[in-house]
Amino acid sequence: MSDIKYDVAIVGAGPAGLSAAIVLAKAGVNVIVIERGRFPGAKNVMGGVFYTDCMKGIVEKFPNGAPVERHIVEQRMWMIDDESYVGFGHKNAKFDKEPYNCHTVFRAQFDKWLAKQATDAGALIVNQTVVTEPIMKDGKVVGIKTGRPEGDIKANCVIVADGVNSLMAKSLGFRTKLKKESVALAVKEIIGLDEKVINDRFNVTGGQGVTIEMTGSLFKGAEAMAFLYTNKKSVSLGVGMIIEDMIEHKINPNELIESLKKHPAISPLIAGGETKEYLAHMIPEGGYNDMPQLVGDGIMIAGDAATMVNAVHREGSNLAITSGKLAAQTYLEAAEEGDFSSASLSSYVDKLQESFVMSDLKKYKALPKLLQKNRQLLDKYPKLMNDAAFELLTVDGVSKQEKQKHIWKNMKQQIGFTNMLKDLYKIWRSVG
Amino acid sequence: MHILVFVKQVPDASQVRVNYETGTLIREGVPAILNPFEEHAVEEAVRLKNEYGGKVTIITMGPPQASEALKQCLSRGADKAYLLSDRIFAGSDTLATSYALYEGARKIVELEGDVDLFFAGKQAIDGDTAQTGPGIATRFNLPLITYLIKIDELNLEEKYVIATRLTEFGQETIKAPIPVFFTVEESLNILSHSPLPYLIKAEKAEIELLSGKNVPLDKEQCGLKHSPTMVKKAFTPEKRQRGATLSGTFDDVVSQTADKIAPFLKKVS
Repeated sequence: MSDIKYDVAIVGAGPAGLSAAIVLAKAGVNVIVIERGRFPGAKNVMGGVFYTDCMKGIVEKFPNGAPVERHIVEQRMWMIDDESYVGFGHKNAKFDKEPYNCHTVFRAQFDKWLAKQATDAGALIVNQTVVTEPIMKDGKVVGIKTGRPEGDIKANCVIVADGVNSLMAKSLGFRTKLKKESVALAVKEIIGLDEKVINDRFNVTGGQGVTIEMTGSLFKGAEAMAFLYTNKKSVSLGVGMIIEDMIEHKINPNELIESLKKHPAISPLIAGGETKEYLAHMIPEGGYNDMPQLVGDGIMIAGDAATMVNAVHREGSNLAITSGKLAAQTYLEAAEEGDFSSASLSSYVDKLQESFVMSDLKKYKALPKLLQKNRQLLDKYPKLMNDAAFELLTVDGVSKQEKQKHIWKNMKQQIGFTNMLKDLYKIWRSVG
Repeated sequence: MHILVFVKQVPDASQVRVNYETGTLIREGVPAILNPFEEHAVEEAVRLKNEYGGKVTIITMGPPQASEALKQCLSRGADKAYLLSDRIFAGSDTLATSYALYEGARKIVELEGDVDLFFAGKQAIDGDTAQTGPGIATRFNLPLITYLIKIDELNLEEKYVIATRLTEFGQETIKAPIPVFFTVEESLNILSHSPLPYLIKAEKAEIELLSGKNVPLDKEQCGLKHSPTMVKKAFTPEKRQRGATLSGTFDDVVSQTADKIAPFLKKVS
């Protein structure tokens, strides 16, 4: 059997791998994409909000023809406690104008569609095949080994986009095992509801949608991040927690989502709905400081595999798409010189640095560690906010001044004035 | 040697649920798969091809999306795949389906040459009738070996095969002339992990299309109107109730269990 040889071999048909494949195939590069799942999207669970801007240069006139659900016109942020929340929301008519800022999508359908764009452009996608390790020659990556017989593929360059638990990044020695303190487990249910019911409950019409992001102590006092997104005829309700916290608080994901569904602010929104799907996935939340080496001789890493997730703004797929696109552009430049050494490919890192990808990841780089060491930020503060709001808004004959004094006293007792100042400073340092 | 395999795309029966209010199947969102028995039929065909030489052709009847099932056959190592698709076939029962596939197969013989071995699954997991395969064999007037579990010997020079089939009471080993028609059991072989070149070839392959346009069809034998099978009655199996949970000390639970079982035992005896 003769060698299987391609210009570029891409590991993983997610947003990063597929966007790289589209850009390369359109430029006439001979590209193969190897996907582990039954089809692209089969293994995906993304929360469901997809930003339009990153599709520039990949698919023209997005979202024409793409399987999108609702365009988001209102985003709500809630700090939740056991039976309450304090919230902030932003609804804007500007979000209701094309091109829409973002849409909810089902990744199983979306990735299938994106894969179709790649094959239409001339890329070859092979499913149900696991890439086990790179093929090395004189310390350089010259291809990939798959788990199939006669499964070696030679390539000028390999783009690794095999997701959060990247086998390739590990076998290259680019990263160590995932750390339980920097990976979240997210569980999600798709809850079916009538389109009209969703429109009424969320105060929207037509194709408009709403997202709610939640944070706080939801269950057994452990910090959790949760979300609710409206689709056409369903809502996606999910909750994520750092794996280390799950272990420490002996929480299983099922309990977590069940308690979320019973939360008094959530249960009326999903009442009468039927759970259609139940999904779980890991999210790399370590941010900038947790990123692996991104480039080697004949190889680049993109997307979740490179920890390109902005946990603060629940962005991941747009970072993946952009990084895939930049990796492809880097290859095209390198191909002109015929040089795929790490020195040549290092312009991929430069491109990432110049783009919003690295800039955003850097901006929040201290945050994962800060939250890890300062649990009160996500645990005590939401609780204090909720207690304060409740006290202030309850009319019970106590003067407002008296109430404020009491709230203040309570806060000082719970956290302490200097600690509060410190926390403020730390947050300002890491997100400001 | 030319091997022709008949396959069907079916809903993944393990994921089909029953709507107990209407008594109908919930097909929405159920993935379509290649009928598992036919996956083994293709596996056997490719194994024989690799041993004796020749080619493997696949045919299915179904809507355009059935080409997914054909692709899967190609990624198992089949050489060419034909999709027989036409509105005229809508609502076909096993009689009309076997007719359509018979005509489709005759066209393939015309295009690809004589067939030595015909394969199909023993039945499809959605209908479980086990009639379509034998129906095609009968129309071709071929010797038929159903419930195939082993091909003991294949002699292409003297044109015979010795094969073992499963019966209700045991096994039968039969000698039959070639060409011959098999319907196969899952125990015929263990599915292999296809080599990567097969998958690449499958992704690049074009599915050949057959329809009333290029296959001569007798319209009086096609579709719902010419399908004599009638569903007389459909019923929903009773929803299984959750078993009772007993609690208490070990002795308590034992005596509670005995109290619950005793009336049944009395009734039976």
